[in-house]
Amino acid sequence: MKALKFNRKHLCIPYSVFLILFVIAPLLVIIYYAFTNGQGEISFDNFIAFFTSTNTLGTLVYSFTVSIVTTAVCLLIAYPTAYILARGPFKKKHVLLMLFIMPMWINFTLRVTALKEILAVIEGNLSAFPFLNTIIGMSYDFLPFMILPLYNSLAKLDNNLLEAASDLGATKARVFLQVTLPLSVPGIISGVTMVLLPSMTNYVVLDMLYNSTYIMGSLIGSYFAAYDWHGGSMISLVLLIIIFIVTLITNRFSDDDSSNRGTIL
Amino acid sequence: MIKKILPLLWLWLVLAFIYVPILILAFYSFTDATMVGGSVGSLSFDNYLNLFGNEDLRNMIFGTVALAVASAIISTILGTLGAIGAFYSKRIPKTIINGANQIPVVNADVVTGFSLCVLLIVFLGLDKDTYIPLIIGHVTLCTPFVYLSILPKLKQMDNNLYEAALDLGATPTQALFKVVIPQLLSGILSGFMLAVTLSLDDYFITTYTKPSTFDTISTYVVNATKGSQTEVKTALWALSTVIFVIVILVVVAMNVIPSKRKEANQ
Repeated sequence: MKALKFNRKHLCIPYSVFLILFVIAPLLVIIYYAFTNGQGEISFDNFIAFFTSTNTLGTLVYSFTVSIVTTAVCLLIAYPTAYILARGPFKKKHVLLMLFIMPMWINFTLRVTALKEILAVIEGNLSAFPFLNTIIGMSYDFLPFMILPLYNSLAKLDNNLLEAASDLGATKARVFLQVTLPLSVPGIISGVTMVLLPSMTNYVVLDMLYNSTYIMGSLIGSYFAAYDWHGGSMISLVLLIIIFIVTLITNRFSDDDSSNRGTIL
Repeated sequence: MIKKILPLLWLWLVLAFIYVPILILAFYSFTDATMVGGSVGSLSFDNYLNLFGNEDLRNMIFGTVALAVASAIISTILGTLGAIGAFYSKRIPKTIINGANQIPVVNADVVTGFSLCVLLIVFLGLDKDTYIPLIIGHVTLCTPFVYLSILPKLKQMDNNLYEAALDLGATPTQALFKVVIPQLLSGILSGFMLAVTLSLDDYFITTYTKPSTFDTISTYVVNATKGSQTEVKTALWALSTVIFVIVILVVVAMNVIPSKRKEANQ
């Protein structure tokens, strides 16, 4: 037997064990609980209940609406911001960027509290515009997470490519549409994944802004409060499947990471 | 002319959206007003006195910070080693670790928290009051982001440096600590900061794994907004302001210290 010699590869063992125990195993347990009942028997009741109840299906649709609108709003605000920050004529770009992502450091419940107080003054009665407030609250919460990856991908754009495009006669609009935008797709994708799924489940924002409509996260919260692990697991499983599908789609767009291939030892 | 003003105007608008609520709350935290937009009688530091005088609030703040620092340290070590190890592994284990690492990143925090709760507390019967589920939860949340902030630095790193260190007689461990880790330092630092941030910001994983008597800022604030205790509510305005100021100081320090060091080196 060969003696175990230290190799850089072995450094990943602790993290691999951790991933198996606390990332993979919980998912397996969720699947187990989703398809069993309180007596430990295999049961499809939770599954059937989810897909036949108009309540839960309505929640699913509402969640999608909230998350898609939030993601679109964040992208519309964040892309120009990141673009100006990354490509603009500023000397200390990083300091400027800090200004925009600094809210990440401030606890989101405190930020939403601040937003809530302002919205209450503007609107008078917060519960009059539940959907609008939810979108504003979610966008307020997630904007920095959209700006950061977009900035990163735009900042590392090769200037030579942009210059080459204009030297070859492309207009500014064309340079943007055919060079800058396609090259920033990985940034867009990682920004979208950081907003789309959390905004489907972050029910605290809704709670704090007095929107009593449920999103998918609220369902898990209510099952947790009722100690119904089986029902909660079914909702978690549904969310996991949605997340899996979204990830498959987004990976397809960001798969051209050629830098990955040059590093095989 | 317009082409120059328009981008700046946009940046100012976004900054206003981000900071106006925080600044208005900060203004009211220094008054005796009980609601934003309400009448301001006079300047008052009562909110700040309440914030640091109230034992409940003090314990909650201390607990939140201790939890964040502890889980960020564990996450940083675990994530750094994991990233280096995975980066130099063969293609298949590397793909598997990258994939598994991605799960908590894309997964909703509610699901991560709930599934850890079901596994650790319901299935394995671990006691919430040991804080073990809570710490595991926060490490699960933070480590993938540490891993991800180190990966690009590994890709940028010139692999010849490590080989050169070995050729010049360094042991793999020496090469790791004296060549590889220093090159990754900026990634490790930003990973650590991100881990602290994520832990401080977390609500869901905390809710599902915390001991019932323990509160972090997030869970405390959410509970406080459901209740109607004015004194606590306005003390939280003060907390928001204190955190805002600390964040500004940290950001300034992080930007001033590196540039000073650069000047000193020249």
